[in-house]
Amino acid sequence: MPDFSILTENFDIYLHGFRNTILASVIALLGSFAIGTVIAVFRITPIRPLRWAGAMYVEFIRNIPLLLVVFVFFYGLPSLGITLSGFVCGTLGLMIYTASFIAEAIRAGIMSVPKGQLEAAQASGLTYVQAMRYVVLPQAIKIVIPPLSNQSLNLIKNSSILGVFAGLDLMYFGDQIASRTYVTFDTYIFVALFYLVLTLPLSYMARQLERKLAKSG
Amino acid sequence: MRKKWMSVSFMLFVISALVLAACGGGSGNGNGNGNSAAGGESEAGASLLDEIKSRDKLVVGVKFDTKLFGLKDPASGEVEGFDIDIAKALAKSILGDENKIELKEVTSKTRIPMLNNNEIDMIIATMTITEERREQVDFSEVYFEAGQSLLVKKGSPIQSVEDVTSGTKVLAVKGATSVDNIKEIAPDATVLEFENYQDAFSALKAGQGDVLTTDNSILYGMMAQDANYEVVGEPFTDEPYGIAMKKGETALVEAVNEGLAALKSSGEYNTIYEKWIGEAPSE
Repeated sequence: MPDFSILTENFDIYLHGFRNTILASVIALLGSFAIGTVIAVFRITPIRPLRWAGAMYVEFIRNIPLLLVVFVFFYGLPSLGITLSGFVCGTLGLMIYTASFIAEAIRAGIMSVPKGQLEAAQASGLTYVQAMRYVVLPQAIKIVIPPLSNQSLNLIKNSSILGVFAGLDLMYFGDQIASRTYVTFDTYIFVALFYLVLTLPLSYMARQLERKLAKSG
Repeated sequence: MRKKWMSVSFMLFVISALVLAACGGGSGNGNGNGNSAAGGESEAGASLLDEIKSRDKLVVGVKFDTKLFGLKDPASGEVEGFDIDIAKALAKSILGDENKIELKEVTSKTRIPMLNNNEIDMIIATMTITEERREQVDFSEVYFEAGQSLLVKKGSPIQSVEDVTSGTKVLAVKGATSVDNIKEIAPDATVLEFENYQDAFSALKAGQGDVLTTDNSILYGMMAQDANYEVVGEPFTDEPYGIAMKKGETALVEAVNEGLAALKSSGEYNTIYEKWIGEAPSE
C-alpha cells in the first residue's frame, strides 16, 4: 500500500506538473498531427522533390532518440542566439519527433487503399482531389485510427522527457518529491497514476471510435 | 557437437565466475572483521606516530576520482590533486621527504573502515568535518574551506548570493542539498534542477540560467574546464575539510596540525591552493 501522505502533502506540486504535462501534450499532439499530415501528403504526392523532402524528414527524425531531438533545441539553439525554456524545447521536440511517426501512419493508411479505387473514382469523372476526399480518405481513416491513437498515447508518455530539461512537468516534480522525501517508489506510483488519468480515457475513446467506424463501414 | 561443447564450457565459466565472486566477497568481509579486531588491540600499544617514523613511510587514503582534489591520471597512472599535495607536504614535515608516502584509494564509504583497520594512517579525501564523524575519528585543523558557492559566466552582474533575486534563474542538480540551501537563502529565485552536474553546467553554458550552485570544490573543477566561468562570492554554507586520523592518536594529530600551520606560514599552502583552485584562498 503506497504512502498516501506523499500524495496529499505534495498534491499542489503534483497538480502543477500534471497541468504542464497536459499542456505540453495537447500542444505537441495538435502540432504533430498538422506536421504529420503535411509530411504524409509530401510522401505520396507525384512531385518528386517533395517526396524526397518528406522521406528525409521521416527517416532522419524517426531514427534518432527523442532525447537527442530535445537536446538539440535545449543546448544547441542557444548557440544561434535562440534560448527557449525546457518546457518549450521539450514540447517542440515532442511535436517534431511524433510527427514523423504520424506521417508514416497516415501514409500507410492511404497506401493500403487499393490503387484501383482511385483509378475507378477518377474514371467515373472525379478529380484527383475529389477522389481522395470521397473515396480514398474515408477508407484510409479507419485503418489509420489505431496507429494514430497509439502515437497519441506514446506522446503523452514521452512528454516525461521534459523532466530531463527542467520542463516543470509531472516527471520533473516527481523527481523533486522523490529526492526530497526519499520515498522514491511511492512517489513514482502516484506519478504513474497521474499519467493513467490521462492515457486510460484516451485509450477508451480510441477504442469506441474504432468500433463506430467499423460499423459505419 | 561443437556448439554443445561451447555452451557447456560457457556455463562452466559463468558458474566459476559466480563462485569466485561469492568467495571474493566473503573473504573480503572476513578480512575486514579480522583487521578491525586487530586494530582495536593495537590502540593500546605504541603511538601511530612512532610507528610511522619507524617504518619511514606515511600511508594516506585519498580519492582517485575527484577532480582537482585527488584524481588518477589514466595516462600516467599518477594520482594528482590538492589533497595529494597536502599529503606530500605532510610527509615532508613528519618524515623529511615528500616521497616517503604511499597513496591508497578510498571512497566516502570505505575511508573510515580503512582507517580503523590500520590500512591507512590518515584520510585526506575531501572529508567534511561533522559532529557525527567526530565521534568516530579525530580531525586535524581545517585544511580546505569548502561550502556551497556560485558559478557564473565572467562579467555576470551576479557577484554574490545577495544578487540572487526573484528574476534569477538558478541551475542545480536534482536531489542535492544545495537545492534546499539556495531556496532557503533566495526563496524568490527560480531553481531549475538537472540530472547531473554535467547537464547543469551545459545548461549554464547554453544560457538556460544565470548561475549554477553546488559545492565550491565541484564548481572549481568546472572553472578549470572552461575559463569563461568563475566562482563568485564567499561560500554561503560551511563545509570545512579536515584530515581524519584514528581516534586517540593525539601525537599524530599534533604533528599534522604543526605541519599544516608550517605550510600556511611558509606560503606553501597558498602555492598549492593556487595551483589547483586557480585563485588565492580568501582570508
